[in-house]
Amino acid sequence: MKVSEIVEKLKLKVYSGQKGLDREISGGYVSDLLSDVMGNAREGEVWITLQVHQNVMAIASLKDLAAVILVNSLEPQENTVRHSNDENIPVLGTSMSTFEIAGKLYKLFN
Amino acid sequence: MGRLFILKLTYNIQGGDFTHAGHPSSEVKKVLKQLDIDGKTIKNIVIALYEAEVNVVAHAWKGIVSVEIEENKITIWVTDEGPGIADIELAMQAGYSTASKEVREMGFGAGMGLPNMKKNTDELQIESEVGKGTKVKMVNYFS
Repeated sequence: MKVSEIVEKLKLKVYSGQKGLDREISGGYVSDLLSDVMGNAREGEVWITLQVHQNVMAIASLKDLAAVILVNSLEPQENTVRHSNDENIPVLGTSMSTFEIAGKLYKLFN
Repeated sequence: MGRLFILKLTYNIQGGDFTHAGHPSSEVKKVLKQLDIDGKTIKNIVIALYEAEVNVVAHAWKGIVSVEIEENKITIWVTDEGPGIADIELAMQAGYSTASKEVREMGFGAGMGLPNMKKNTDELQIESEVGKGTKVKMVNYFS
């Protein structure tokens, strides 16, 4: 499944990194602790979080994640957007809570 | 057998500068990819180096990352001028952290950094002097 497909199916907002919308997704990871994501997320996963600062993109890039989904209508900071565009890793958004969006994403994969 | 090589890289880290945290890790990752090091090893090194960088940014005043890549291994020294670690054994425990409230709000400071470094390196040595700074040496062997 590509990032663009989950954008369409889960009606996600695309904030940045549009060039990365054809990235292939291998699964998802949910965490707001950056060291947890650093240690445990895997390549190609979509990261669901409420963190909006640019260190999120540093981690997404180092871990080769497919995309980041911000929950509860949170918006990325300006330098997060810039970093996302540089790395072609999309930052997506939803008004849903972490629980709801994680459940819906899980369902798409199982 | 590949050919013999030694590559040395150096990066500066500024304490408190979260905007550039991850830059050395990103550069080292690129170099290791170019050298065709296997993906699993690169992932381990990147995790360990990123955590070491964040420790300097979150706790110390400034630091230097020195990287030496040889044919069969990579050695990384992260040396900082900072408050030092009073009890290294305690700091190694998962969940133990002395990070500030601001740092924790960013999602750092969960007490997972040093355990992540231990888990992702073949050798980890930490020397520290309170009030002076900390020197971390990490070695990963290429498979």
